[in-house]
Amino acid sequence: MLNIWIVARRELSAYFTSPLAYVFIVIFLALAGGLTFFFGQWLERGQADLQVFFIYHPYLYLFLIPAVGMRLWAEERKSGTIEFLLTLPVTTGQIVVGKFLAAWVFAGIALALTFPMWITVNMLGQPDNGVILAAYIGSWLMAGGFLALSACVSAMTKNQVIAFVLASALCFVFMMSGVEIIQSFFRAWTPQTFVESVSELSFLTNFNEVSQGVIDVRDLVFFFSVIGIALFVNTAIVEAKKGV
Amino acid sequence: MTTLLDIRGLTKKYGPITAVDDVSFSVDQGEVLGFIGPNGSGKSTTMKIVTGFLTPTSGTVEVGGLDVTRHPLEIKRRIGYLPEGAPLYGDMTPISLLNFVCKVRRLSKEETKRGIEYAVEKLHIANVLYQPIETLSKGYKRRVGLAQAIVHEPELLILDEPTDGLDPNQKHEVRELLKEMSGKKAVIISTHILEEVEAVCSRAIVIAKGKMVADADPLSLQSRSRLHNAVGIRLPAAQAQACIEMLNGLGGVHQVRTTVETASMVELMALSTDNSEILASVHTAIDEKGIQVNEIYVERGRLEDVFRDLTYAVEGLQQDPDANPEASNA
Ligand SMILES: Nc1ncnc2c1ncn2[C@@H]1O[C@H](COP(=O)(O)OP(=O)(O)O)[C@@H](O)[C@H]1O
Ligand SMILES: [Mg+2]
Repeated sequence: MLNIWIVARRELSAYFTSPLAYVFIVIFLALAGGLTFFFGQWLERGQADLQVFFIYHPYLYLFLIPAVGMRLWAEERKSGTIEFLLTLPVTTGQIVVGKFLAAWVFAGIALALTFPMWITVNMLGQPDNGVILAAYIGSWLMAGGFLALSACVSAMTKNQVIAFVLASALCFVFMMSGVEIIQSFFRAWTPQTFVESVSELSFLTNFNEVSQGVIDVRDLVFFFSVIGIALFVNTAIVEAKKGV
Repeated sequence: MTTLLDIRGLTKKYGPITAVDDVSFSVDQGEVLGFIGPNGSGKSTTMKIVTGFLTPTSGTVEVGGLDVTRHPLEIKRRIGYLPEGAPLYGDMTPISLLNFVCKVRRLSKEETKRGIEYAVEKLHIANVLYQPIETLSKGYKRRVGLAQAIVHEPELLILDEPTDGLDPNQKHEVRELLKEMSGKKAVIISTHILEEVEAVCSRAIVIAKGKMVADADPLSLQSRSRLHNAVGIRLPAAQAQACIEMLNGLGGVHQVRTTVETASMVELMALSTDNSEILASVHTAIDEKGIQVNEIYVERGRLEDVFRDLTYAVEGLQQDPDANPEASNA
């Protein structure tokens, strides 16, 4: 546990010594805010809630989270520091989890910095803060899922651009698996139960449920399973690829 | 002597390529082992296995009696390692990197303080401690890499080409450091620079195409050189012809080479048959013939020659007698 924490702390401080972190946060805040105001017509709706704010998160994450996750392993392999890191007395699994946690906390910080939206909505009316909190948690969980998938992809290549593109594509598939296009793609050649389980795997479906304010155990289990499995695969990939 | 590293029948294959082929050796406390071989001979691969980064295809590696594949963490704790090219996190400062390493290695506050002081002093990096590593010169980066490998005072220090890519002064400094650092540790240094072996190592292992081709101390390796016990003579150019004739007629002299030739001065090298000692007879003959010389010395041998002899055959290259930099006129 201590090892995970030590690795995570180093990673997290690395975010803030590079401009990347600030660029990311500024872009995230600008896009999250911009989409809410202009496309979501948040103020014009005359409703004191953050629904139109959260509704865009999956789409933002679709490319912003791979941007955070792409460097996790690709950079380490490209620069050779992976050899330095993996010959320290820490297990690969601890490093995988530590890196993931650092990135997830970083995403959480970016998300938390949207708090002015929450203050605004509370000044304008009387929103259900429980629903808002649930939506924040749901958004963060989804970011975690995307991140774990991105980290996994990042471990497969030394090239960050490839990692980014592949991770975005993978996240897209996971996000959209509940949507009609993907569903009909599977429906054509797989049994109904499979189609349903694919839809169960959809980030969008699971996120939408949470963002309505209902945190169902099943949604939690869903996101944590995705994260757990992705990190497990991530560890295996790092192990398999380290000599290459 | 305590054996710190014991390698038995180590083999590593990358698909069809056998990078390390049945290598066995052990290293004791206090030894500084030079691991030499041409590029691609399997030095780095061997080191990566010893440090637990890669797993062997077959064979065993024990560090302090513990098997590397079975006790990876314990072994990593005991080893200090500088990977080839000294990869480090460029965005960190040396001090934060050293602190990170101490934390991961679970050093106490006291040990951390002592270790960092020791490493910083040994490597003279006090003045760059708070500068991002990516902004440092190559020499300083390498020193930070070395510092990182010694903060925890490891029993076994493994350095993969620690002086590669440094300028001559930096190379010299790193070598001085290596000499100081050895002490109670066992040190393994890989290199393809032979002066380094002569300068710092108490023992040398030569590896070619993944196979061990020699294991000896640098002096006895040198004595395998064709030039071992050859006699070098520096004399005025006017005397050269007479001296060459004399040497060619002398028993025990196998070949005479002119190594340096200027308008006024000539240097000759008399190679002996079977590397036997010929200084005395050369000396007597010079006196008898009344040849005037400025300097006579005995050649201990050149590691380069030995290295070439040992590795060319294995690498399947042809020994080309004309490739020798010294002109032959026997
Ligand atoms: N990851 C790898 N995949 C395939 N072959 C490799 C890999 N790493 C090294 N090799 C090959 O193994 C051999 C030994 O390499 P290496 O141990 O790096 O040699 P050295 O350090 O002595 O230069 C070389 O032929 C090299 O091409
Ligand atoms: Mg090498």
